[in-house]
This record gives sequence, structure tokens and C-alpha cells, in this order.
Amino acid sequence: MLCLMEIAKNAVVAIEGWFDPSPSNPALLGTQCTECSTFYFPREELFCKNPRCSSTSFDQVRLSSRGTIWSFTDAQYQPPPPYVSGDPFEPFALVAVELEREKMVVMGQAAHGYQVDDLSVGMAVELVVETLYEDENNSYLIWRWKPDGASKTSKQAP
Amino acid sequence: MGRVEPVAVLGIGMHPWGKWGKNFVEYGLVAANAALKDAGLTWSDIEFISGADTIRNGYPGFIAGATFAQALGWNGTRVSSCYAACASGAQALANARAQILAGLCDVALVIGADTTPKGFFAPVGGDRKDDPDWLRFHLMGATNPAYFALYARRRMALYGDTHADFAMVKVKNSRHGLANEFARYRKEVSVEEVLASPVVADPLRLLEICATSDGAAALVVTSLDFARKHSGLSGAVKVAGISTVTPSFPNTVIEMPNFSTDSAVTHEISGPTFRDSIAWAAYEEAGIGPQDVDLAEVYDLSSALELDWYENIGLCKPGEGARLIRDGDTQIGGKIPVNPSGGLSCFGEAIPAQALAQVCEMVTQLRGNATGRQVDGAKVAVSANQGLFGHGSSVVVTK
Repeated sequence: MLCLMEIAKNAVVAIEGWFDPSPSNPALLGTQCTECSTFYFPREELFCKNPRCSSTSFDQVRLSSRGTIWSFTDAQYQPPPPYVSGDPFEPFALVAVELEREKMVVMGQAAHGYQVDDLSVGMAVELVVETLYEDENNSYLIWRWKPDGASKTSKQAP
Repeated sequence: MGRVEPVAVLGIGMHPWGKWGKNFVEYGLVAANAALKDAGLTWSDIEFISGADTIRNGYPGFIAGATFAQALGWNGTRVSSCYAACASGAQALANARAQILAGLCDVALVIGADTTPKGFFAPVGGDRKDDPDWLRFHLMGATNPAYFALYARRRMALYGDTHADFAMVKVKNSRHGLANEFARYRKEVSVEEVLASPVVADPLRLLEICATSDGAAALVVTSLDFARKHSGLSGAVKVAGISTVTPSFPNTVIEMPNFSTDSAVTHEISGPTFRDSIAWAAYEEAGIGPQDVDLAEVYDLSSALELDWYENIGLCKPGEGARLIRDGDTQIGGKIPVNPSGGLSCFGEAIPAQALAQVCEMVTQLRGNATGRQVDGAKVAVSANQGLFGHGSSVVVTK
């Protein structure tokens, strides 16, 4: 997945504390209310957002790393900063994923090389960690969603 | 909430939408003076000025009410400024109505104006890793059209809507806007032209996504007593209901600028979605239902989103939106015309002005002055709109 140039760089998460980038066992890091069990991603640690609950106590949790696609789209035009685009800009797909245990939908980019033609509503996906962008010293890691066992149709696979 | 006493709309005014490259204050002044003239009043008659803010024009935009008061000439008028993203105009109108219904003033001026940059809306600058609006661009490259596209693709999967259905919404609105002197885009397009335009966020194409525009709209609203004394009321259109609702937990539809929905583990999900709830609060205040509505102005940020709104405001059941566009029900002359102004499709979005522009169109229609796009016999109209970060916006006007 990483080319030689990238290996020489320091791999760091693009945002601290939102996900565990471990290649063997990646996961989104959220919280769960200790009173009403509501899940949160990104983490909620101050006050439960369930209006019938006034808890201020939360457990750290790893969210389900598998889910199904609620909907999907792509970016055919280069998003404005603070998105860091490659040159030339390479279109990417976005997915909104339903997590069964958490009863919530979480967004993310689709794994590199997967385009909208590879995706469908209801398709099973799993969490992966890939490089979002790089600078001179670092490659910045992000969570993405990869179709479970599907083959990609894209011509621009890595 | 129950029924709420109406206020009268004595004056409406707009600055044409476009990319004029001028300061937003100039547009606001044009709209305000047009609304005052339309009402037969002057700035010195105004007892309360309510500004809808813009966040892209520096400090004067953050305190728009005061900016417009100064531009019109300081005279001690009481002021409020508010920001509620795309719903700012409805919120500014709600503030003015509250002052009138509380008996604190009789005559209020409501103004929204914006000058927009080119291209995608981008978040406020800086390195702001605690702002979800900044983070969604940085971590996902998720632009506004990306969220609209998620809804569109979901409709295709759930209801079998097609690209052609979405394109027909654009075609209808382009036809409606032809006769609107305030619209930015006044050119009829065909389904083929829409489908030949480049994909921005699959399945949405360039001609199906609303542009960002400069523009301004203003209203003069008064107590019914004042309207009766000033103009005999008989002709005055009334604001009969305003919705400024927020979502109810758990909000289970992914929304800009969020990374996730609420978790619904504590609730059985069956209730209405946030968008479903928006217009109903205005209906309730007005004591009407969707069956009473003669026309609607809805926020067509994308072609497909207009179909969602048909269902959200109760013009049809969930999943039936595409049938309405296929059958021609929502074109002028159809059963329930939607966006006779041409909608965002013909205007582009001038954020703080847009919800007020919807009201201007509804008042024009109810007055019978919508030359070239008149909905015959219109007596009741509803607008619907949704602002980033959970701002509902809907206004019911009646004759």
C-alpha cells in the first residue's frame, strides 16, 4: 500500500485521538455514555446529548469496524482548502456507513482506488487506514471504508 | 405551540441576484429602500431593524442589523442581528415578529444581504481542529454538494428515482425563473443539457447544484393594527406561521457538517426526520395543513433535494416525490406549483437573503403580481429551508 518514498516518512494520524491507526486492527475511537449507552463519534466527554439523560460520564470505546453503506458519492472537483489535494487532483469516493451496534451512520472516504461504480447502498464495508496527504516529513493517516471482499473496477488503482 | 397571531407584510424588496462584486451593504440598501417604498413608509417610520448576518464579509456582516441601520442613517432604532446559516432570514423575520407580537413595536424592517466568493463554500480560515465544518473539508474533502449527493443517491436506492427525474426538477425551475427579474440564471435548459453537464458529486451534475450568489432581500412587517390604519389591511399579505425548529434527538440523517448521525441505541426510530418536522411547526402556528397550500418555495440546493422537500412538507408521501415531477404537478399550472420563483436553481444562494427572498416571492404570488409566473388564485403559500448546524426555517403566508 505504501510506496518506498512514503515508508521513509513519519506516519502520523491526521487528527489526534479520532482513530487507532494500527494496520492489523484499526478502529474509530468514540465514547459511550455510562448511563444511557448512547455512542459518540467524534468523542463526547462533557455532557450526554440525549435530552433524557444528563450524564457526564463516558467510557472510551472502539466503534464497529464493519458496517453497511447508507449512501455514497464522490468528489469530481477538487475540494477547497483545508482539504489537501494531490497534484493532479484525483477524484475520490465518499461513503456514509451504518453501524449496527451503534445505530449510527459515520462518514469517511472510500479506500483508495474504489470509485462510485464499485459501491452500492447496503454493501458491506470495513475500516482501513490509509494516507490522506503528505508533507516533507510526514504522511498523514486517515480512516477509510473499503468494500468487503469486492473487487475494484477502477483503472487508477494504486 | 398552537396558533399564533399573524403580522402583516406591507413591503417587499430585492436586489437582483448575481455575481456583482460589490459590498453586501449596497445590495441590502437597495432591497431595504425598495421594501420601504413598497410599504409606503420611510426609514424614520421603522421602530425595529432585524438583520440576517453574513459570515463572509468581515465584522460588518456579523452585526448586519447595525450595519444596515448605520447605512440608512443612525436614528436610534432598536436593532438585532442573527446568524442561523441558510435559515438566517427566517430567524431575522421571527425576531421582528416577536417584537411586534410582544407589543414592543409596530413596524419592523428585516434585511438579509450577501456577497459570496466563487466556487464551493469553504469553511472559515485558520487551523481549527475543533470545528466540524473545518474538519469535514480537511479530513474528508466533504463539500456541501457531497452531502446533497448522499441524499440523492439514497433516493435512487430506496425509491428508484432516476437521473432523469432529478434533471426534470432543474428543467422545471429553469422555466419558472425565465420571467423573474431578480433571478440570476434566466435560461431554459433541457433534460439532455442537464445530463450532459459534468458530474460534481455523483449522481449530481453541475446544472443540478445551486451556485453561490450575491443578492439581498428585505421585508417591512407590521402589526395588523398598524396595517389596518396605514393601508386598510384588505390587500396586506400576512405572515401566519414561522418555524425556527431544531432537530430532535436522535437525528438519524447525516447532515452537514457532521461526521456522523446521532446514535439511536436508546430510541426506537420511527418518528419524523428533522427535515420532516420543519414545515409542520409553521403549519401549526398558521392553523393549516399541506392540503391548504397553493404553492411552495423550497430550498433546492440540489435538484434531488427538491423531491425530498415535496415529501418533507407533506405534498406527498415518502417516496412519491419523483411522481410529482414526472406528472407535472409541481410546475406552474400543475396541482401544487413548487418554486415558481425559479428557486435556488435560478438564483444561486445568497445565504442570509435567501429565506427572505422566498417570502418576497410568496407575497408577490399572493398579491397576484408575479407577471409571467403567476400561480392562479394563490391564497396560501409555504417556504421551507434548512440551515447548517440544525436550523429549521419555514414561513407560511396567507392572503
